[in-house]
Amino acid sequence: MTKMTDLQTPHSPNWCPGCGDLNIWSSFKNAAVQEGWDSSNTAIIAGIGCHGHIVNFVKINSFEGLHGRALPVATGIKMVNNRLNVFVFTGDGDCFGEGGNHFIHTCRRNHDLTVLIHDNSLYSLTTGQTSPLTAHGFKTKSTPQGNPDEPFNPLALAIISGATFVARAYAGDMAKLTEIIVEANKHKGLSVIDILQPCVTFNKVCTHAFYRENIYYLEEGYNPSDKQKALERASEFGEKKIPLGIFYKSDRPSYEENISQIKEKPLIEIPVDRATAGELFKKYT
Amino acid sequence: MPNTIISVKIGAEAGQGVKSAGLMLAKLAIRSGYHIYNHIEYPSLIKGGHNVLQVNISKEEVTAPRKVNDILIALNQDTINKHVTEFAGEAGLIYDSEAKIDTSKVPSTVALIGVPLSKIAKEAGNSDLLINTVALGAVTAVLGGNLIILNGLISEEFGSKGDEVVKVNVTAAENGFKFVTENYKQHLKNSLSPLESLSNFVPYMAIDGNESVALGAISAGLQYAAIYPMSPISNILAVLAENQEKYGYIYKQPEDELSAINMAIGASYAGARAMTSTSGGGFCLMTEGYGLAGMTETPLVIIEGMRPGPATCLPTWSDQGDLQMILNAHQGDFPRIVLAAGDAKEVFELTMKAFNLADKYQTPVVLIIDKNICENAQSFPLYEYPEYKIDRGKLNMQKIEGYKRYASDPEGISQRTIPGVGNFFIANSDEHDEEGYSNEESDNRNRMMEKRMTKLKTCKEQDMEKPQLFGPESAEITIVSWGSNKGTITQALKSLENVNYVHINWMSPFPAEALTEMLSKSKYILNVECNYTGQMERLIRENTKININESFLKYDGRQIYPEEIIDKVNNIRSKK
Repeated sequence: MTKMTDLQTPHSPNWCPGCGDLNIWSSFKNAAVQEGWDSSNTAIIAGIGCHGHIVNFVKINSFEGLHGRALPVATGIKMVNNRLNVFVFTGDGDCFGEGGNHFIHTCRRNHDLTVLIHDNSLYSLTTGQTSPLTAHGFKTKSTPQGNPDEPFNPLALAIISGATFVARAYAGDMAKLTEIIVEANKHKGLSVIDILQPCVTFNKVCTHAFYRENIYYLEEGYNPSDKQKALERASEFGEKKIPLGIFYKSDRPSYEENISQIKEKPLIEIPVDRATAGELFKKYT
Repeated sequence: MPNTIISVKIGAEAGQGVKSAGLMLAKLAIRSGYHIYNHIEYPSLIKGGHNVLQVNISKEEVTAPRKVNDILIALNQDTINKHVTEFAGEAGLIYDSEAKIDTSKVPSTVALIGVPLSKIAKEAGNSDLLINTVALGAVTAVLGGNLIILNGLISEEFGSKGDEVVKVNVTAAENGFKFVTENYKQHLKNSLSPLESLSNFVPYMAIDGNESVALGAISAGLQYAAIYPMSPISNILAVLAENQEKYGYIYKQPEDELSAINMAIGASYAGARAMTSTSGGGFCLMTEGYGLAGMTETPLVIIEGMRPGPATCLPTWSDQGDLQMILNAHQGDFPRIVLAAGDAKEVFELTMKAFNLADKYQTPVVLIIDKNICENAQSFPLYEYPEYKIDRGKLNMQKIEGYKRYASDPEGISQRTIPGVGNFFIANSDEHDEEGYSNEESDNRNRMMEKRMTKLKTCKEQDMEKPQLFGPESAEITIVSWGSNKGTITQALKSLENVNYVHINWMSPFPAEALTEMLSKSKYILNVECNYTGQMERLIRENTKININESFLKYDGRQIYPEEIIDKVNNIRSKK
């Protein structure tokens, strides 16, 4: 049993008032209370960016790594202790700029992790530069003439790279976000949640009002096992046309399910047996 | 040079099986009671190019290559052209008498042992792949080796490929042996006949540094390794990958070295004994993770196998130019323990030690090796480690009341725990307080920096070892060096009077006092290393204020030969 007060740390969030990170933080804590996540069964891994501060505001074991490198740290943790719920908090710059290569390969391998992408389409902790998800033409501190680059589609990238649970959520709809976080954690395999999160300080276009105006949820009866359909719907984006929900789900076994060494129990719970290591030496005689 | 060493060099194109033939000959020697040292040189290619392997065989310990060859086995013309100046006094050349081979440049003192290698190979099994097996049979005959032992090795080597493959290889070896025995009676030696004391005999291992890293890690209770392939350390991961299910650890090939070190850090944070390995270029990428392990106080073993730099440079050759990088890489200061091994046995022992040091000090431990150590097999008695105990240091898997991960400690080492047991902590790359919360206050920053750096002082007092001395206590000339030069220098010492050798294994913390004491007795100090700027000389000067009289530096990727050390010493003496 996890109570909301159990998750409280001595530090209050230092995100800007109105920041979507606050909603993601609250939604995660709601999910933790609902599911009983705490330091006995869960680990949180964060990268660097505004999102990374979350480790200071949730009282669950965590690792705040380096910019772009949250995924490989999480991978190492999960492989040696697959009993842990492992959540990766990352940003669009962290995950797709500095850490893009890790994202592709983590999807490909389908590690049993839940990845929450704080997607504000900007580098905000460095005071507002363009990110790999910033719209073409958008003006930022690093692109005062307008962003010359095209953004890519994180959902489509996750699907074609091999992630087996791919969803988009909006930080402002905390009930739904909480639900998706819980679903994602239950899924065995790599779960990616792209969370649309307004940056109230540096992005005056993609505001809460903008998202409220333009988002909708995938219809009842939508079949997330259809990969082609999922790619098609993931490509939708525009006025009144930003779909949310679980786009893709597949039951391909997770990486950890295929490691024979941890079939019985987590690696760190298996006593190290090196009594027979000497046998190896004979091969060299 | 003691003339008891027999050096056999095999040369061919890449892909013609030079390495496996050399290893087979080495094993024939060790099973006959001899010591060996294999020295391999090859370009960064899979097919073509020029590969050579020198097998050095002796009744006494042999630890380095030689400049000359007693027997050259030339599987192509290139081998003769490139090594025609390397024949020892009474040498022999084994070559394919069926191929168009020009031996006119070979000195007349060399015995020409033409063997129809390709014809015998064709008759045995109609495969070019058998040529090196025929040559093995031929050289076994020339050296007076035992054909039964060789056939046993062939059966082991090819057993997994089926009886037919074993049969044709045995036939190929036997016919090569027979041809030489019948046609070259005058050239047969007695250099490889089994030694008399072979009853109840446990042969040595012919083992290289890469294999020793893997065996050391497994023996030390390795639980997780993430290693991206790179010359010259790739064979570490091959041995680890092959044995993972049997010994229960996990080996993972990551997408790059950034991921390798971060995966290993994650696994270690979660409680596993973890390692990674790379060469200089990969270490450049790992640099950021190196300091992350230091900052989060996560134990980590990194094996760094050096090759020449900068950039891609000479991928399959050796160098010692990464020392100062490893000692200084990453922004800011953090406690790093840096060790360097001098041969495969030291690799085994220091790999095992590195795991205990990493757990004890909760910080990264780098073991530096070089390509010569990685890939040159040497004979050693079976490794034993009865004294070794896995020491996880202050790792506590129980629930602890009022737990603080980074609590102050006079030795700088706090109690460590792992996620999943209910003790809250943050492993934080930001400066942090005792629980791990981000904290930018001045007092806290000072306390945390001092706590972390205190570990080095503790390590210096409790674990650091002094350099090893070879040769007399005091001598006219003292050689200082490290890494694979150890084998070269100790072999040279056998031919030198009044010279001793100081071998350094600890780079950080650095045994300054012990070294000062050892070198203060020296009359003339010769520093030997394989890099351009004398990185070890700098380290010694920085820590001891000792004046090195002269540095012998080599940076062409080639191993230093004992002959070069002897020449250098003679040169110093002639100038005095």
